[in-house]
Amino acid sequence: MSAPLDGNAIGGQLNEVFGTEMTAATAVCGNCGATGPAAELAVYLLSPGVVGRCRQCAALLIVLVTVRGITCVDLRGLAALEPGPAGS
Amino acid sequence: MERAAVRGRLTWQLANVVELAAETARTRTIVLEPAEPLGHRAGQHVDVRLTADDGYQAQRSYSIASAPDDEHLVLTVERLDDGEVSPYLVDDLRVGDALELRGPIGGYFVWDESLGGPLLLVGGGSGVVPLRAMLRHHRAVESRIPLRLLYSVRSLDEVIYRDELTRARPDGELDIRFTLTREQPDGWDGYARRIDRELLADVAWPVEDRPLVYVCGPTGFVETAADILVSLGHDAGRIRTERFGPT
Repeated sequence: MSAPLDGNAIGGQLNEVFGTEMTAATAVCGNCGATGPAAELAVYLLSPGVVGRCRQCAALLIVLVTVRGITCVDLRGLAALEPGPAGS
Repeated sequence: MERAAVRGRLTWQLANVVELAAETARTRTIVLEPAEPLGHRAGQHVDVRLTADDGYQAQRSYSIASAPDDEHLVLTVERLDDGEVSPYLVDDLRVGDALELRGPIGGYFVWDESLGGPLLLVGGGSGVVPLRAMLRHHRAVESRIPLRLLYSVRSLDEVIYRDELTRARPDGELDIRFTLTREQPDGWDGYARRIDRELLADVAWPVEDRPLVYVCGPTGFVETAADILVSLGHDAGRIRTERFGPT
């Protein structure tokens, strides 16, 4: 697998799903508790979806799959995802 | 009924190509006039979507190269030979064409003057693009925040915004340094190697100045730079990163 990108790369898709800017949101890993901006997630762009993993423990945190215009969102790996103040 | 744009919601729109300029053999700057101004912040990006005649769509993210204060929206795109979108943007797009895009996107890898500094910008290859937006914004608002840019690139021929960046002379607030990793011209007195601990220690502000750091480039470059900066004692919470790669 190629080197992962980061959460910045899915800023558009996250905005589409949540209706607001999410790269500065604070993500908490449900596995190891690592806390940081969603922009720092290890992101793999895999057709037809994207996968976001914890940069510390590699746990699967976010899966977004879009098929025929419908996006399925799986956030079960996250303990929390809190939108941050813009530009914080 | 026209669809009202909800604040914060992203909507696709068309932007006219008003000017094109080759930066290097592989990169091209695209000057755009969107139907609705984006009102972006330095460091943000846009999604660009291409639609083929048969309806197939491909979408990629590109950093905005212009400052919020600039008249036009500017993207600089590097051609990836096996890419689906970049070869079209670099080789085939013409002035007068319309490009479908949405944005601005991102609220993490952004710099406004209110965030302070001193600023350290570290760019690898075309990772310099969003940093250039910060540089231009810094200049447009006549910021007195000390700014240093380290730009790592293989050779002088591959330096994007070469005129603009080499014209800018260190004046106390602005300090631009290059490291040419593969090929250096005769008499080159800048750095001539890949980033390492010694190089970053030399360029980064003193740890006690608590610089605000932005690192953008290919994944390996970003990881190396961020890891070294943290090991030098810089606060990981003040190092913002953006990775890109062939997608």
